Amino acid sequence: MQAKPTALKALDIASIVLLAIAGYLALIYAPEELVMGQVQRVFYFHVATAWTGLLGFVAAGVAGVVYLVTADEKWDTVEVAAVEISLVFFFVTIVLGSIWARPIWNTWWTWDPRLTTAAVTELIYIAYFMLRAGIEDPTKRARFGAVYAIIGAISAPITFLAIRFFRTIHPVVIGSGDPSAQGTFAMSPHMLVAFFFALFTFTVIFIDLFWNRIRLGSLAGKVEELKLSILQ
Amino acid sequence: MDEILSKESSEHPALRQGEAGTGRSTSLAAPRFLRAVGAIAWKDLSAEFRSRELFSAMMVFSLLVILIFNFALELDISTRRTVTSGILWVTFAFAGTLGLNRSLSMEKDQGCLDGLLLAPVDRAAIYFGKAASNLVFMLIVEAIVLPVYSFLYGINLFHPGLVVVILLGSIGYTAVGTLLATMSVQTRTRDVLLPILLFPVVLPVLIAAVKASSAILAGDDPTSIMPWVNLMLVYDVIFIAAAFMGFDFIVQE
Repeated sequence: MQAKPTALKALDIASIVLLAIAGYLALIYAPEELVMGQVQRVFYFHVATAWTGLLGFVAAGVAGVVYLVTADEKWDTVEVAAVEISLVFFFVTIVLGSIWARPIWNTWWTWDPRLTTAAVTELIYIAYFMLRAGIEDPTKRARFGAVYAIIGAISAPITFLAIRFFRTIHPVVIGSGDPSAQGTFAMSPHMLVAFFFALFTFTVIFIDLFWNRIRLGSLAGKVEELKLSILQ
Repeated sequence: MDEILSKESSEHPALRQGEAGTGRSTSLAAPRFLRAVGAIAWKDLSAEFRSRELFSAMMVFSLLVILIFNFALELDISTRRTVTSGILWVTFAFAGTLGLNRSLSMEKDQGCLDGLLLAPVDRAAIYFGKAASNLVFMLIVEAIVLPVYSFLYGINLFHPGLVVVILLGSIGYTAVGTLLATMSVQTRTRDVLLPILLFPVVLPVLIAAVKASSAILAGDDPTSIMPWVNLMLVYDVIFIAAAFMGFDFIVQE
């Protein structure tokens, strides 16, 4: 068995340290927001985890295409890792968003474009794993997974655009401001620090988890091969 | 040996098909492709017209769903108008799933899919043939559900705009549905998996179809309907392309 690369071990430690610092910045360093109060602090990690989920989403689509083109099963491992991480991080995003939404919008959930697309993307990921679970042949599983990942990757942005024809109440902190969006606010310099640091931290965490998961996937593949060679 | 064989085959009269020594030159490819698509679609349609199993199942199922909606939702006159397009599309979505499952599992169970794959036709032709027959089944069911619904709920559903919306929506639905159904019948969980795979992905079409349908039934002006129709057109084009390209990968042995 290969030992864990030193770079990966260093990345693990770096991720934990950065997360601690980001937590401090979000919870203590950043000032309290004028209108929303302490619950606004959820925003720093909420956007960062959404960003990470999005990275995973794009990585999954790309890995799917590359797998179908090259038929190299390494890319299948990459795709599974990307979908898994994206699934978890989008779930965290949704939970954090709901925690914020309850006091501000007076509801845990609403069917506006971003939330609905997040929910639909989660369902696509869950469907992805159910599809893979039902196939025994590894090559077939990889191929079907790749095709479905690509179909899902094309469909999710279209879903987002489709619902966006409605006006949204989701705050548009970055980008065009819709005056009816409740909960929009401008960021002070301290807030910007906390915000961008959280983005950076979660990008590092994403790379760390991604690398670990790919390594786990390829080791699992090796175990399967060893099992098969022993049985023969 | 190979030279002798190739010489003999190229001189054999039966194998000389004009310019097509191998039968696959570009000048004959397109009509050959269309003939393959037509043959596969016609096979499904004629089998179905003889037994009418699939069609009657989808039909009765749709009527039962409409019946259940009658009791599930308290539909007074004003609510009915706003909720009609939603009910129609839920009905079509579930009946469509039934049709897709049955159509593809028939192929799998009797080994027809393997037979089709052995035939010297483009894989894409198999996809388009299956998708075409699935679309026809879905459209026939919809053509019967509409008058029945009009009759039961006293709402006039005979708008040409509505027909266009239903056609576009059904095309998008069956385009993706055929691909995903082909995948799901090859898994352990079979029929159950299709709705799980299909519904999240087909959502944009359903959203656009419901919105466009209710706008048409409410008599809104075309400027509010066109964005939804455009969305359906875009979805249909993108997913027909994606589906027939992906089909090749999921029927390899």
